[in-house]
Parts: sequence; C-alpha cells; structure tokens
Amino acid sequence: MGTQAEVLLKVENLRKYFPIRKGILVQRKVGDVKAVDGVSFEVKQGETLGLVGESGCGKSTTGRTLLRLMEPTDGKIFFAGKEINNLPPSQMRSMRNQMQMIFQDPYASLNPRMTVGDIIGEPLLIHGLADNVKREQKVRKLLDVVGLSPYHGARYPHEFSGGQRQRIGIARALSVNPKLIVCDEPVSALDVSIQAQVVNLLEDLQEEFGLTYLFIAHDLSVVKHISDRVAVMYLGKIVELANYDELYKSPLHPYTVALLSAIPVPDPNTHKERIILKGDVPSPVNPPSGCRFHTRCPRAQEVCKQTDPEFRDAGNGHQVACHFAEQN
Amino acid sequence: MAITENELYVISSPMRDIWSRLKRNKLALLGLFLVVLLCSIAIFAGVISPYDPTGQAMKESLRAPSAGHLMGTDVLGRDILSRVFHGARASLIVGVVATGISLVIGVFVGAVSGYYGGWVDSLIMRITDIFFAFPFFLLAIAIMTFLGPSFINVFIALGLIGWTNFARLVRGQVLSVKASEYVEAARAVGASNSRIIWKHVLPNTLAPIIVYATMNIGSAILSEAGLSFLGIGVQPPNPSWGLMLSEGTTYIWNAPWMVIWPGVAIFLTVLGFNLLGDGLRDALDPRLKE
Repeated sequence: MGTQAEVLLKVENLRKYFPIRKGILVQRKVGDVKAVDGVSFEVKQGETLGLVGESGCGKSTTGRTLLRLMEPTDGKIFFAGKEINNLPPSQMRSMRNQMQMIFQDPYASLNPRMTVGDIIGEPLLIHGLADNVKREQKVRKLLDVVGLSPYHGARYPHEFSGGQRQRIGIARALSVNPKLIVCDEPVSALDVSIQAQVVNLLEDLQEEFGLTYLFIAHDLSVVKHISDRVAVMYLGKIVELANYDELYKSPLHPYTVALLSAIPVPDPNTHKERIILKGDVPSPVNPPSGCRFHTRCPRAQEVCKQTDPEFRDAGNGHQVACHFAEQN
Repeated sequence: MAITENELYVISSPMRDIWSRLKRNKLALLGLFLVVLLCSIAIFAGVISPYDPTGQAMKESLRAPSAGHLMGTDVLGRDILSRVFHGARASLIVGVVATGISLVIGVFVGAVSGYYGGWVDSLIMRITDIFFAFPFFLLAIAIMTFLGPSFINVFIALGLIGWTNFARLVRGQVLSVKASEYVEAARAVGASNSRIIWKHVLPNTLAPIIVYATMNIGSAILSEAGLSFLGIGVQPPNPSWGLMLSEGTTYIWNAPWMVIWPGVAIFLTVLGFNLLGDGLRDALDPRLKE
C-alpha cells in the first residue's frame, strides 16, 4: 500500500444533525441530536480505513451520510475527485454503482420475498449493466466468489445462516464492481467462529478486485486485522487517526489509550493496566463544552473545558485532537 | 466446478411456486372450490334455474321448501332457488368489483402516503379522515343520489367509500416496512422510489391486505343489500342476495326460508373468499414453503 496512493474518498467537516421537534399541532424545533459533528478524513484508493468508537458515537451515521443514504446537514464529500454532497437524486442514483454498502444485520438487510439470485442481480438490473442471460451468469459467478454455490440463487434468504446471508450481502455489493464499499459492522451480528471467515473473505476480495473499504466497527481486534489506518470516533467527532501500528504503539489521545487497554491479551503473564472510563457518554443533544471528552478524561485540565482542541497532525500523518497530545 | 442443468437458479417460476404451495393447503382448496362454484352458478344461472327468477305466481306465495320449489317461494310466489342463482351475479360482481376499486385506490394512496411521509402524508391522511367522518351509508346515499341509481354506480359508490380503510392499513404497513434495512439496501444499490415501493415495500405488506380484501368482499355484498333496501341499488324485480334478505325480513316468522337461503349464499361466498385469501397469503410467503 503506497502512501502516495490516490485519494478516493474525501470528507470535509461532515455534519449530520437530527432535529428534535415538540408540539402537537405546530411542531417547533427544540434542539438537535448532533450525531456527526464536523468529521474530516480521507480514504485512499485500495486501503482500508477502520472507523471505531462506542455505540452511539456516530460512526454508522457517518457511513450512511457519506453514501447519502441520509442527507448531510453540512460538509463536503468528494468521491474520486467529484463533489457528491449536492448531486441531484437521479445523478446520485447512477453514482451508486461505484459505492456500495454491506450492512450490519444480515437478517434484516435481505428482502425476504426475493430470491437470492434476484437480490444479487438487482444492482445490475438497476444500472442496466447486464441483460438477463449475462446477469444470471454474473450472479452465479458472484455466488461462487463469495463461497456459495450457484444453485443457491433460486433460494430465499430465510433458508440461509447468518454467515451465508452476509456473504449474499457481500455478493450484492460486489455485483456492480464498486470502487468503495462501506462496511457497517459487517461481522458484529455473526458468531465469533464465522467472523474470521467473513473478514478473511473481505480481505481476499479486496486483493482480487482492488477494493477500498471504510470499515466501521466497535471491536478493535477486528479492525486490527483488516485496517491499514484507523480513525477513532467519540461523540460525533474523530479524536485520533493514524496507521494501525502507530496507533497501537503510541496512542496520543487518552480515549484511544482507554480503548486499547480494553483489548484482552491472550497471555496470562501480562499484566496490563486497564483504564476504566468513569461515567457515561454525554448526550449528543447537549455535548460538553470545549473538548467533548473532558468529562471523562483522566488528564483533563481547565483549558479542555474552554476550548475545543484542533484536529491536527502530530507528525507522520498521525492526526489527533487533544491539547496535551505530545505529553501522552 | 461443473454445473448441471438442474443447478441453474432461474428454474422456478413464481406462479408455479405459489400454485404448488396453495395445492397443499386443504382449506384453501375448499375456498377455491366455493369461489369457482359460485362463479359458475352466476355464469350459468340462466341455464340451471328451474323457474324465471322474476316470474310471479300469486297462488304459490310463501310456500315452504318442497320438491317443486327446493328453497320455497317468496311473497310474490317467485322461486327462491332461481332467485338465489340469478342473485349470485349481482352480488358476486358487486363484492369483487367494489373491493377491487377500493383496493387499487387504497393501496396506491396508502403506499404514497406512508412512503413519502411529511406533508404529503399529512394531507392524504386528513382527506381520509374527512371520508371517515361521514357515516358510511350517508356517504353512499349521497354518492348514489349524485350518480343516479344504477347497478354500475353501486360499485363506484362502494369503491369510493371503501378505499379509506385500505389506505390506512397499507400506510401503517408501509411505515413499518420502509424502516427496514433491506429497503435501505435497495436505496444503496441505486433503486428508484417506484422500484422500492413496487418490489420491496408492497410485497412485504401483502399479508394483511389480502386478508382484509377477502373480508371486504362480504361486507360489500351486505352494503349492496342496504343500498338495494333503500331503493338505490339493484332495482326490483331483479334479484340480488341483499335485496332478497331485505324483502324477507318482513316475513321472517312466517317464511324464514326467504332470508335463510340468501343468507347461506352470502355466508358461503364470504367463507370461500376468506379461505382462499388465507391460503393465498400463506402461498405468497416464501418463508412458509414447506
């Protein structure tokens, strides 16, 4: 993976607010859930960017917003150099063959009334990429590629296990030869024994088809396996972004340090200092002033309550948003 | 890997699948039998009726069922069996066509309302509320008075009133289905709104719609009876089951057969459509294959 690789996806200051409305007849806006609040990052051609954070930090919303499955409140999204955040719906639809998504819940993401063959072939049909005969051939090939058998195309989703269903979801995403695939926690609904198979499949496919992944997860050990770089999200913002090795060896943000300390080490003789964060994640309706992490940060000082730390480069492309990054 | 001809996936046709699943359901076959039987009676009423359904014979008035008149006669001495056969035409057509009109309008309106949401939804739902606010018969009488009493206008009136229930039912179903991840997945692969509604949302809302439609056939037949009773539906002396019921109520103690037979006919119709509808609902659901 060359560091000079071309940037495929660039996100600038992305925001997604969900309005909170009150009132019976006249609805007035009383606030916003700031699910994603100013996120910027780049994904290079052929790499995997992991996006981690705890539940509710906005990582799935980020993935859906940058594919415009939800409309962004603010910010810019560039895909292959083209600004897509204000494309009209019809143009956006025709762009979708280049950017696909793999969903979290394989039990909910396949239409129960369509055969597997129809599900996998649907993107080809929509984008007019293959006639009926070619589509069938392609579907059979795709089933083979993801480790299923061609005759599975005639069956319905309920006849498959969770892992097999996720393979169907992967085949659907692959059908149009996309450049980018957003994987929204693709293994967290699967048994641990199946997780490795699916992650390995994703890696093989990346190599074979030159795919670029944005891999969303809450499990650092899964991300470790697949990612080239990792972005850590907390309460709607990215707090740290670096190569995985770099992040693992020298995390700069106290939140990352706490997350890493939670990864179990399969060695009974190692004694790790486990950092347990106090309190809960604050509400995204009313996020803390200054640095959002200051309410739970072991190193918080007065300045953290006042000013929001800038997301800056601390050397070697290791980006972090902490006033005291250099001292950590 | 060699692929034999049987392993190709496009071997199943949906219609054949549905029929093979329906075939295994005994009750659904009974329903299908009843529906086919009633339809044949309606079609061949002229051939199989022993008497003229409108021919009066005052001497034969109010005869109990006998060998001569298997279902007895009514107050004007008309043969009830012949009238039940001929009434099948009016009643079945009203039931099916009125329900069909309601279904088409209701599904379209409900799907648009539920899928697009926002002000479209509010506007459409307020309009259906207005329709709901009027008592059913008042509205039917108003429409019939406006259109003039005729058989075809009965369908139109019943269809124009009945769609609101379908619209509400469909909207609720659409609201729940459109939030599902497979609809989002369809959007993610670039499907248009009409494709999403047609291919992903509506097929997954079918079950309650089919059940409600089959029940609605029965109530449409009874509504037609009400309209005929008021003199704005099927015009006497032509028979319809509803009209026969309302004519018979006056003589229910002296000649109960006047209401029993058309009642039985309505009962069998509703039962037949319900059983068939239940069977269809199950046959259309691939998850209940075996």
